[in-house]
Amino acid sequence: MTQQQTAGPPTTGQADLAEEFLDRQTPLNRVRNVLHRYPAVSPALVLLIAVIVFGLLNDRFLRVENLSLITQQVSVVGTLAIAQTLIILTAGIDLSVGAIMILSSMVTAQLAVNNGLPAAMALLVGLLVGLATGALNGLLVTRLKLPPFIVTLGTLNIFIALTLLYSNGATVRGTSMPGLLTWTGTTFPVGPVRISVGVVVMILLYVLIAFILGKTAWGRHVYAVGDDKEAARLAGIAVNKVLMSVYLAAGAVLAVGAWIQIGRTNAASPNGGVDLNLDSITAVVIGGTSLFGGRGSVWGTLLGALIVGVFRNGLSLAGLDVLYQTLAVGVLIILAVSIDQWIRKAKS
Amino acid sequence: MTETQYQSAHTETRQPIMQARNLVKTFGRVVGLDGVSLDLYPGEVLAIIGDNGAGKSTLIKCLTGAEIPDSGELRVSGQLVNFKRPQDARAHGIETVYQNLAVSPALDVASNLFLGREERLPGPLGKYFRVLDTKGMRRKAKQELTTLGISTLQDVTVPVENLSGGQRQAVAVARAAAFGSKVVVLDEPTAALGVRESNQVLQLVRDLRDRGLPVILISHNMPHVFDVADRIHIQRLGKCAATITPQSHSMTDAVAIMTGAATA
Repeated sequence: MTQQQTAGPPTTGQADLAEEFLDRQTPLNRVRNVLHRYPAVSPALVLLIAVIVFGLLNDRFLRVENLSLITQQVSVVGTLAIAQTLIILTAGIDLSVGAIMILSSMVTAQLAVNNGLPAAMALLVGLLVGLATGALNGLLVTRLKLPPFIVTLGTLNIFIALTLLYSNGATVRGTSMPGLLTWTGTTFPVGPVRISVGVVVMILLYVLIAFILGKTAWGRHVYAVGDDKEAARLAGIAVNKVLMSVYLAAGAVLAVGAWIQIGRTNAASPNGGVDLNLDSITAVVIGGTSLFGGRGSVWGTLLGALIVGVFRNGLSLAGLDVLYQTLAVGVLIILAVSIDQWIRKAKS
Repeated sequence: MTETQYQSAHTETRQPIMQARNLVKTFGRVVGLDGVSLDLYPGEVLAIIGDNGAGKSTLIKCLTGAEIPDSGELRVSGQLVNFKRPQDARAHGIETVYQNLAVSPALDVASNLFLGREERLPGPLGKYFRVLDTKGMRRKAKQELTTLGISTLQDVTVPVENLSGGQRQAVAVARAAAFGSKVVVLDEPTAALGVRESNQVLQLVRDLRDRGLPVILISHNMPHVFDVADRIHIQRLGKCAATITPQSHSMTDAVAIMTGAATA
């Protein structure tokens, strides 16, 4: 049967009553099929409802300053989540995204401040750090054939240790940095809203990666590899090359994330950033990308990151303890994955 | 196919499209192929049957570049070839539909048909930004399915996971037919299918042959083999026990040869 909008008669031979029964269009089934086809619909709905509810709870929530603050709060995790999406689409997972970002930001900041490297050069080296760490993850996954979870659990610790060794645990303050490094933290007015450069950079990354994933052969191969590795190989796709390029691309995105982080926190600190790993995975999962690989989109991830940002911000404006934010995020994750499982049962 | 057609397929004046000579393949101490030869002529369906472990899969893998034979030679259209990877065989116009179906469930029908050889938009968008020609590929996919007479599969934007087993098989066969310019190899195409779906796939095999594409069909299912095959290559213990036709032998004979109870 082809995708059915109407429960038409079976196309061949005798009436197939069982098939008709399975394909019958209850309203719930129809909703499920729509969600199956457009996975970004459910996170978009959740975001919309959350914004309305929090707006009703506290009238400060919908003020433009607050909304602009939410976007800035989301910019770092939102960028990390792009890298995380790429890797999860290949049925992998990257526990080291936060550690890579922190390492890259520390190297950039230290080179610029302590070694007097020009800011652009320091950023370039930061990008190289991102690419090198991504390459290490990619090589371990493709050559040693280790599960990405194990690889990145290992490199997570390695990169944290390297960061602390390299920086001696010292934070580099934004005030001592050249302007270019903290430029991502500066804001400019768009009508009544103040938008930070970091948010713009993040949005540009989303547009770029969405374009590549949706419109190029490479993007399609990323989905194919995550969907069914063996099928992709038999279809003539160089699976290891695709995986390697995904880890490199993720590393590059994380280096940009490091730049946004420096601007956002107006510092480069070797501590923290570890919980960013889980936040990035949360954004991806809430955004409807399947942890089993092969389905999802970066736009869903952006929605997921915004949902987490809106919940955290809205709950704190509602005067609830920070623990309730964590509680809410936990509930969101379970809900998102249950919905994903339910949607995946559609017509299969 | 009638007797006369079969005769013509067998006259030595016709050059085989594919010719294997004395293929040997061992896995450690296990002998997979023990000097197997095979000819595939234009416009025929050649079935390969045999018991488990007889070397059917190994033979096919050697023919399609998935395994490299230890010795022996392989010719395509008379030209000596040396396949190292499946892509090499593909470059020679040999397309394979693997038993586990090399389709990506979450991708749609058109994307699956063009998986691994996507087409880009003409002009600078395709050249510099590598933008895929999604519409063009969908149109061509539709054309290909229509040519093959796969009427139940009109919407090429449906994810393959929403299709029935027979339709998935049809997608895999359509891909092979679309790109296999010389030979289409089908590994157990009806193994997981019901009666109605099996018949659809067998009809596809006949259609491919009628379009002039020779087909190599690996199957366990004797009625299916005797239904569509022009010649039947029987593997036994790593060797070719016999090459028969549905006219010259019965199913019982074939099983007897397969199990070693009789010789051809």
